[in-house]
Amino acid sequence: MNAIVEELLAGEKRQTGAADMMLQLAEWAAASYARYDRAAVDRITKAASEAAYALAGSLAEAAVKETGFGVAEHKKIKNEICSRGIYEAYKNEDFCSKRVVAEQKIVEVPRPAGVVFALTPSTNPVCTVYFKIMLALMTRNAIIISPHPFAKKCSAEGALAMAKAAEQAGAPAGIIQVITEPTLPLIEHVMKSPRVSVILATGGSPVVRAAYSSGNPAIGVGPGNAPAFVDSTADLNAAAKRIIGSKSFDNSILCTNESTVVAEESIADKLLQALGKAGGYVAKPDEVDSIREYLFGLGSFNVEVVGKSAAEIASRIGIKVPSSTKVILTPIDRVGIDEALSREKLCPVLGFVRVPHVHAGISTSRALIRMSGAGHSAAIHSSNTATILAYAGAVKALRVVVNAPCSQGAAGFGTHLAPSFTIGTGFFGRSSVGENIGPKHLVNWTRIAYSDEASETFGDFSSLEVWNNQAPLPVGRDSPMTLGRLQEGAERADAALFAQAAGGAMTDEIAAMRDEIRRIVLEELRAAFRK
Amino acid sequence: MADTEQSPAKQEFIRKSIQFWNPGKTQFWQDAGVDLVIDRRQDYFLYDMDGRRLIDVHLNGGTYNIGHRHPELVEVLNRGTQRFDMGNHHFPALGRTALAEKLAKSCGGDLHYTIYGSGGGEAIDIAIKTARHAKQKKKIVSILKAYHGHTGLAVAAGADRFSKLFLADKPDEFINVPFNDLNAMEDALKAKDVAAVIMETIPATYGFPMPLPGYLTEVKKLTERYDALYIADEVQTGLMRTGEMWGYQRYGIHPDIVVIGKGISGGMYPIACVVVREPYAGWLKQDGFGHMATMGGAELGCLVAMKTLEILERPQTRPMVNYISELMASGLTEIMKLYSDFFVGIRQCGVVMGLEFDYPEGAKPVMKHLYENGVWAIFSTLDPRVLQFKPGVLMTAALCEELLERVERAIGLARAECKGLGKAGGKRYAA
Repeated sequence: MNAIVEELLAGEKRQTGAADMMLQLAEWAAASYARYDRAAVDRITKAASEAAYALAGSLAEAAVKETGFGVAEHKKIKNEICSRGIYEAYKNEDFCSKRVVAEQKIVEVPRPAGVVFALTPSTNPVCTVYFKIMLALMTRNAIIISPHPFAKKCSAEGALAMAKAAEQAGAPAGIIQVITEPTLPLIEHVMKSPRVSVILATGGSPVVRAAYSSGNPAIGVGPGNAPAFVDSTADLNAAAKRIIGSKSFDNSILCTNESTVVAEESIADKLLQALGKAGGYVAKPDEVDSIREYLFGLGSFNVEVVGKSAAEIASRIGIKVPSSTKVILTPIDRVGIDEALSREKLCPVLGFVRVPHVHAGISTSRALIRMSGAGHSAAIHSSNTATILAYAGAVKALRVVVNAPCSQGAAGFGTHLAPSFTIGTGFFGRSSVGENIGPKHLVNWTRIAYSDEASETFGDFSSLEVWNNQAPLPVGRDSPMTLGRLQEGAERADAALFAQAAGGAMTDEIAAMRDEIRRIVLEELRAAFRK
Repeated sequence: MADTEQSPAKQEFIRKSIQFWNPGKTQFWQDAGVDLVIDRRQDYFLYDMDGRRLIDVHLNGGTYNIGHRHPELVEVLNRGTQRFDMGNHHFPALGRTALAEKLAKSCGGDLHYTIYGSGGGEAIDIAIKTARHAKQKKKIVSILKAYHGHTGLAVAAGADRFSKLFLADKPDEFINVPFNDLNAMEDALKAKDVAAVIMETIPATYGFPMPLPGYLTEVKKLTERYDALYIADEVQTGLMRTGEMWGYQRYGIHPDIVVIGKGISGGMYPIACVVVREPYAGWLKQDGFGHMATMGGAELGCLVAMKTLEILERPQTRPMVNYISELMASGLTEIMKLYSDFFVGIRQCGVVMGLEFDYPEGAKPVMKHLYENGVWAIFSTLDPRVLQFKPGVLMTAALCEELLERVERAIGLARAECKGLGKAGGKRYAA
């Protein structure tokens, strides 16, 4: 095709039109999938999770290669957790069948959202894609993934592998789709589409705010800036190990990572020592200045350091650190807008600030979150329950992880929080959900409510299914072919046509039957003509 | 007559249509209870000039396959007018060659050259002329009650209702054989004096009788055996309507000449195309000026056609067509169970559908009740027991559900009327 014609064909509506067709296909898929039963949904979810699990390692490497962020080995763990792990975590929960609450004379009928539009980040690309798809499949929703442009290739590969497995296991066509060439105007168009039932937005604040402004229901999660308060009652060696392990995990690319250690003065030196022993390098005052300049010198966070290792950051700045260094600690005198290093740092650079007593620790932690990360996560290392409770009541975080690595613990790994890579930041964080996002956030329930008068007896629903004796559900894989009844030769030929329409490779048996029917029809036609 | 009162403006308009435009056709619709005057149109909706909304499952034989005024077609037409007009048909033209290249790729094999017309009938004429030139024979075989359009050769090849009216029938050159009758076909071809067999892949105006398994492949083989060409009239069956881009692909044949019309225009700019296999396009080399049409392949139409193909080639289209046709199949089967003594059969290939009513001219009352219930579908002129039911390939799940709900109601009412049940009484529909 020549350039002039191609230019005339390349109007603005080409992209949005193609996206509208994805949405429309998703609606079809969602309409069918909403009527699948529990067993079919379990089969589909499991198949998709296994396909994702099988690619956990290769896509972890692909993600690091494509984005330059993080540690492949850690990403692999996250990918595994978000595929098979999520399946295992929820396999005994049922989001597909009715629930009878006999004592309240209520029956609850699950109603999936419909079409989920999921924005996924560059920092945790594949695992977030996996996670959101798993949630959608478990709850009988269709999902369209819009990956971050920096991570579009690995994200699409993961999503498409899950789509293929899900469809092979019986899911309707188009249940999982992915925008392979995401652009801002396109994302905005889809977000505002009335065909989207709910937006699951993970990413920077602008993306999340855009989701909330779209006019569609949205579950958006914002940035973190987690304080890790260590008081005088903490087990310092254990705390140090947990903090270093957590902060260095995937080169600190999770929003649940510790941002700044807040240490009670009485144990601060000992804690620093323990942190050093665990793999932390304590920067000297002039080095802290260089780090601050490198990370924030341009006014905003230098994205070049996102997900890079401590050694690489040190070498870029020109600081000599031992080869065993996992985290660079930067002692700072205060937190707030006049100390850039107290902001969120998506790299293994960890602020360290001393406070005279518990009360100051709590107010310093509050100050950290006042800057960013409201509603997100906080950690505390302490054995004093009164301190823990006061801290949790004061700091504007909706999950407070106690004596555990914050990056994993807040995400529900190694704690009993819901396992999630999408952290609800609630009203503090201008979000609609304050919990770790899970499947339950993608289903509403229709409640059948009987009169509470004793004379009105509650019906017996125990042996009923919501969708009984339904007509066959369309799955989008074949177009039917039938002959009518008023057409000559119709009845005999119908079976063969159906077999043909069933698509794919014809079995020998069907082919033979077809040939036979064809022979009979031809013979009859010939006989009729001879008369 | 529709259950709503006509506005004075509409009454006046209908009067004028009888006076100035086409008295026979206008009156026919008034008598059939369909007083439709189409005003606005959008997506799969028509709006009567009195404001009533109808779901369009007539689509003018697939012309509005991807919906009325598809926004991407409107855009490409607007953009096109900033640079192009129809063009000069004597010269190589950017749009024409680009579309021809795209069609060659889409049609497959050595279907290669595209010759343009401005409508389906003209395109059929081109196809017949091309076959005659290639084979240096005159006879054309077509199906009894076939419909190929109204131009000179096309009308002669079609049902005699339209050819005899204008003394355009040529029984010695145009032979009709019954559909699905291979023996008759073989007899017609045996003398090897036939240039081409022309076939609607599924005869539309005849109520979409479906080709029996193997019929089309056998016909293709017969044309090969008896030195004739196979012309596939894909005007109504092309463009994803059968679940494949071209209907012949669904039936596993490879024609010598393919005729494309209606939907390729997107209903936005008239255009029709004839795609010819390399060996049979000799006249294009011998005398490239042999067939000419000032408006054939107008370049604005080429742009619209390319955009139409682009939309249909998107990976979402195929599953969407599958969903729509699956839901229609299961939904209509449920309705058939309710009214099994009236609504007796479904002829279907993708979204090409004929609904059978076991009552003389049964599709006419169904059409009327559908109209009154907000759905526009047309009966089959050449078999009025059958309603042509032609959903678009990009219909939404919600709209399909609404359509089925309306169809169920309308068929129930039509049945009651035909069977003399209820207050509608037993009015019969004469021809």
